[in-house]
Amino acid sequence: MEKRPRSFYVMAAVFGAFLIFLYGPTVTIAILSFQGPQGGLTFPMRGVSLHWFHELFQQQAVGDIWGSFARSFVLGLMVMVTTVVVSVMGGLAFRKRFPGSGIIFYLIITSLVIPSILISLGVGLIFSQSGLDIHWSTSGYGSQLTWTLPFGLLIMFAVFNRFDKSYEEAARDQGATAWQTIWHVVLPIIAPMLIGVALFGFTLSYDEFARTLLTAGSYNTLPLEIYGMTTNVTTPVIFALGTLTTAFSLVIIAVFLVTVVIMNRRRARQGSDAGKGMV
Amino acid sequence: MSDLTQTMALEAQTSAPGKARKSLGLSDTVTGWLLSLPLTLVLFFFLVLPIVMIVIVSFWGATEFSIYPAFQFDNYEFLLTSPVTYSVFLNTIKYAVITWAITLVLGFTIAYFLAFHVRTLTWQIVLFLLCTIPFWTSNIIRMISWIPFLGRNGIANSALISMGVIDEPLEWLLFSDFSVILAFVHLYTLFMVVPIFNTMMRIDKSLIEAAYDNGATGFQTLTNVIIPLTKPGIMIGSIFVVTLVMGDFITVRFMSGSQKANVGRLISNDIALLQYPSAAATAVILLITVLIVIGILLRFVDIRKEL
Repeated sequence: MEKRPRSFYVMAAVFGAFLIFLYGPTVTIAILSFQGPQGGLTFPMRGVSLHWFHELFQQQAVGDIWGSFARSFVLGLMVMVTTVVVSVMGGLAFRKRFPGSGIIFYLIITSLVIPSILISLGVGLIFSQSGLDIHWSTSGYGSQLTWTLPFGLLIMFAVFNRFDKSYEEAARDQGATAWQTIWHVVLPIIAPMLIGVALFGFTLSYDEFARTLLTAGSYNTLPLEIYGMTTNVTTPVIFALGTLTTAFSLVIIAVFLVTVVIMNRRRARQGSDAGKGMV
Repeated sequence: MSDLTQTMALEAQTSAPGKARKSLGLSDTVTGWLLSLPLTLVLFFFLVLPIVMIVIVSFWGATEFSIYPAFQFDNYEFLLTSPVTYSVFLNTIKYAVITWAITLVLGFTIAYFLAFHVRTLTWQIVLFLLCTIPFWTSNIIRMISWIPFLGRNGIANSALISMGVIDEPLEWLLFSDFSVILAFVHLYTLFMVVPIFNTMMRIDKSLIEAAYDNGATGFQTLTNVIIPLTKPGIMIGSIFVVTLVMGDFITVRFMSGSQKANVGRLISNDIALLQYPSAAATAVILLITVLIVIGILLRFVDIRKEL
């Protein structure tokens, strides 16, 4: 192998430092969440215990975090399914230019770059002024879609830009209807990417704060609940909660990534038998 | 879903051989509209209408307890004549520029390392995912996790004191401009890395070899070949970082311990006081500022071509 230039080692060091910078704080609060009952918000550790995790299950210590977790989870699933379906449809639509596609495209970009607090404020005002009930499953759900859909759509645009159209032509030549072509040819090919879109849909919704701030109504989602805790909780219980939700996010991410890997493996195994001498 | 089936049926008709070109164009239009209908509805009700609502409410009046419809320029007049507004906007732009510069240099270096120094695709994917995973976890938790590091008795101060670098704990580590920008860099560098990495991966490696063969030094190759070819990625990353920082209110509030202000906080403070019309007016000015910045950045890149 060719010898590494000196710049490689410099950049590798920068990259390593960046990873420490990214993960260091999270690892630190994970360690600190095991503080003993007398421990504070920073080192030294005063003993090791599960005290603060235990606290999470005491209603009076932390408020309604399990209720808010359940709401965030359900909302995440709702947003995830909607994001996948709407993004695929949008991706299919944008394969050809149609009147108005330019405007919709710029709306998608606007949706991505608009300060989140504007969505929060605007949706909140519309609901309150028109007498509608502000609720996480209506106003909160719609507001979060304005954040997840642009990501889903940009991924789908990228996917379809690289999509080999000859697969579809082959299906059509063999008499498949357009619907059959989509269902049996296009969707299976882009399936791993759809898992990616689903991952974005769920996690971005599950962690969303600014767009739900004024649109969740009287029942908080988990990020709102955690934010409320930062102003009045000064014990490591907040680290315990942070550690648990981060662990939960990591499990979700792992599930999605493993699904993609398994899918790709299966596909490689059951791939084309062309040229293998089967007659 | 029945919409979709219908659309598919339409498409099937058009793709049947022997159909006239004219009708093909028409039903392509219908197909496009039907497929993008759910998207359009969401964007209309939760993006366009809210913006319209904010613009309308920005002309309304407010009492201490309620807001009432009106058409007055009081909110804008107050906003544009208050020196606070200008200093807060200046501060917001300061955060945006500093964060942009740091994330650009850092993001470019990381992307360069991943794209050109990591040699196997597997390692590229693994290291890239390592950079991406924090993006899928909670921003608020990631902000909270800086407290044990930066506090008065935190890890940074204890370490510096025990090494004898300083005698007294540094006060400016937490709840300062420093901690705000640190958190921005921590949260948003990824938005630089991904688009730059994406464009770098599409650079034809033979171009770089050609530069070397013609006697270019590593630095000359970087400035004359790689950076120009990476420009679209840099612009997209810049749009992300600048807009995220300019629209932020929670990072500044949390990391400065409510001691620093930016436009987002101006808006959220008004909201907390139920002064929605004045919040709406500030929001309109913020939106205009952000759109101008994006308009400038978009002059350098055609996003639709880059996907």
